[in-house]
Amino acid sequence: MTQPLLELRGVNKSFGAVHVLHDVDFAVYPGQVTALVGDNGAGKSTLVKIIAGIYGRDSGDYVFEGETVAVHGPRDVAALGVEVVYQDLALCDNLDIVENMFLGREETRGIGLDEVAMEARARETLASLSVRTVKSVRQSVSSLSGGQRQTVAIAKAVLWNSKIVLLDEPTAALGVAQTRQVLDLVRRLADRGLGVVLISHNMTDVFEVADRITALYLGRVAADVPAKDLTHSQVVELITAGRSGDLGITNVATATI
Amino acid sequence: MTLQTETTDQQSAAHGFDNDNRQAATIGDAARDYLNRLRGGDMGSLPAILGLVVLFVVFSSLHDRFLTTYNMANLVVQAGSICVLAMGLVFVLLLGEIDLSAGVAGGASATITALVMIDHGWTWWTAALAGIAIGALIGLAIGSLVTLLGIPSFVVTLAFFLALQAVPLKLIGSGGSLRFDDEVLRGLSIKNVPVTAGWIAAVVIVLGFAAVQLFQYRTRATRGLVHKPLALVLVQVGVLAAIVLGLTALLSANRAPNPDIFTIAGIPWVAPVVIALLLFWTFVLTRTRFGRHLYAVGGNAEAARRAGINVTRIKITAFVIASSMAAISGLLAASYTGKVSPGSGGGNVLLYAVGAAVIGGTSLFGGRGRAIDAVVGGLVIATIPNGLGLLNQASYINFLVTGGVLLLAASVDAVSRRRRSAAGV
Ligand SMILES: Nc1ncnc2c1ncn2[C@@H]1O[C@H](COP(=O)(O)OP(=O)(O)O)[C@@H](O)[C@H]1O
Ligand SMILES: [Mg+2]
Repeated sequence: MTQPLLELRGVNKSFGAVHVLHDVDFAVYPGQVTALVGDNGAGKSTLVKIIAGIYGRDSGDYVFEGETVAVHGPRDVAALGVEVVYQDLALCDNLDIVENMFLGREETRGIGLDEVAMEARARETLASLSVRTVKSVRQSVSSLSGGQRQTVAIAKAVLWNSKIVLLDEPTAALGVAQTRQVLDLVRRLADRGLGVVLISHNMTDVFEVADRITALYLGRVAADVPAKDLTHSQVVELITAGRSGDLGITNVATATI
Repeated sequence: MTLQTETTDQQSAAHGFDNDNRQAATIGDAARDYLNRLRGGDMGSLPAILGLVVLFVVFSSLHDRFLTTYNMANLVVQAGSICVLAMGLVFVLLLGEIDLSAGVAGGASATITALVMIDHGWTWWTAALAGIAIGALIGLAIGSLVTLLGIPSFVVTLAFFLALQAVPLKLIGSGGSLRFDDEVLRGLSIKNVPVTAGWIAAVVIVLGFAAVQLFQYRTRATRGLVHKPLALVLVQVGVLAAIVLGLTALLSANRAPNPDIFTIAGIPWVAPVVIALLLFWTFVLTRTRFGRHLYAVGGNAEAARRAGINVTRIKITAFVIASSMAAISGLLAASYTGKVSPGSGGGNVLLYAVGAAVIGGTSLFGGRGRAIDAVVGGLVIATIPNGLGLLNQASYINFLVTGGVLLLAASVDAVSRRRRSAAGV
């Protein structure tokens, strides 16, 4: 198997007295969709925020492209090429698609904004992702559907030639057709060689796009296996009980918080 | 029907998405787009323009001197300080904040300017800069209290509204006033641009606008980016030319009450000051990173923060701009009356300016507004005291009308916001 783009090794994280993550190993591979599954409170969002640099680690290594790196904040992570699409989308309703995609990283010419260059690049990125549902890149984001907004948020991540995109429940609030669009887009990102992490509660979605599945149970990794080696019900067992047959945490009884 | 589907398909194959590039292919499409936006609650300056028409019809039918060129020139001068104050307020309104102290901040700044000229013999421009610097400091203090301590701007600026009235009262003394008779500063209101120079400036503005619009059209069209139809560009240039050249012609005529004895002609100096500020702030708001970040913070501060924007810095800067513009507005007001008194900038000055910004199309809820809104709205608001003054109305009427107009503007804003979120425009 190829070298992972990003690896967390033996990560522990506590909030005060609450030990949220226990010796977590997590890997993201180029060209693959890794689904991160687990019950509510299992620690998925915490893990994503550690990767995003929002939370620090109590112990454990952050390894990027084979090298241990020091990560002190979201900017360091963005500089590595890791983008996060948050559950509550970070878009400004009063700005249009181009303006949102370049927010905080606008291109300038002299003292002014280079609208022409930005619009052309935004258009290129959307086209390269085969986004067909957007009417105009100069449309205000408030006029977009939930799926289109998700699409813009994802395209924003791709615009910066990122290597890894993390998506926290991107389809949670979407209808069938829009979920379809977003999943297609997630697949296309991986096909372009990016490492994609998908957090989802929906097993159908997970099995549809994921190459690997990492299951968290009470802050421990219960399994990290190729999706094709698992069945639907096995994953559900891993999520709810932490083990399934030979897979999972060997002694669930000791795996308390 | 089939034909049209085919072209659309081809375009989406080429560009990746439907409909783009031909967003508004003809002027008819553009008009339809505009109507859709109106229906969706995105009204821009339309309420202000309608308001202006109504006021003009009412006042000109009630008083025959209202529509004279003499009174129109007077109106331009009266509107100047309101427009400038409102333009500054647009920056804090864009963030969904408010600055209730802007009016009296202008009064306090003008007091300082007048004092250093009278007591210390400063030149007009150092004195004016000192006044503007005082304004900037006031804004810095307000912005810091709002962002660093997290006190709502309503409360901070209400406190400043009360406290700043002490400055002129202490420095001038109640019942007193300072003369404001510097040739240049007073001249802003009582002198006019030479007629030839006025015409040259008007033509330069029209040609400049046309050049920018056409250049933009050509770049966008050749690069295959979203652009307005050429016909619309030409109509816009034509409308601007008509307004600018029309007003220039109006103000270039001799408007003296006794034209045989005196000549009063030319654009009052206040107008170029307001226009220069308008052009400058429009550029800042629409063409710079700072402007873009200001809209972003007003639209969704959390999204802006995650995008790496320094929200605190943007907010403080907005308050500094608002108070500095308030200082300039205070100077223009003093220039108009020829004096500074303890009441300068108090009363309903601030509410006039808020009303001007909002009726011009700036939202009280943040995220929406332009510098031009302040100017269009300022003209509407200035028309009220101008017309009522001609009619010799008691001043209580003025307060009633101002309150009513403010409420009306805020209602239009709230209703159009509801429609916007329903229509998703
Ligand atoms: N900032 C925090 N402070 C204290 N406890 C937290 C914090 N964030 C998360 N937790 C706790 O950590 C656990 C994992 O939460 P989270 O990562 O949000 O789970 P998930 O996203 O898998 O639902 C939960 O028990 C939650 O209460
Ligand atoms: Mg979560």
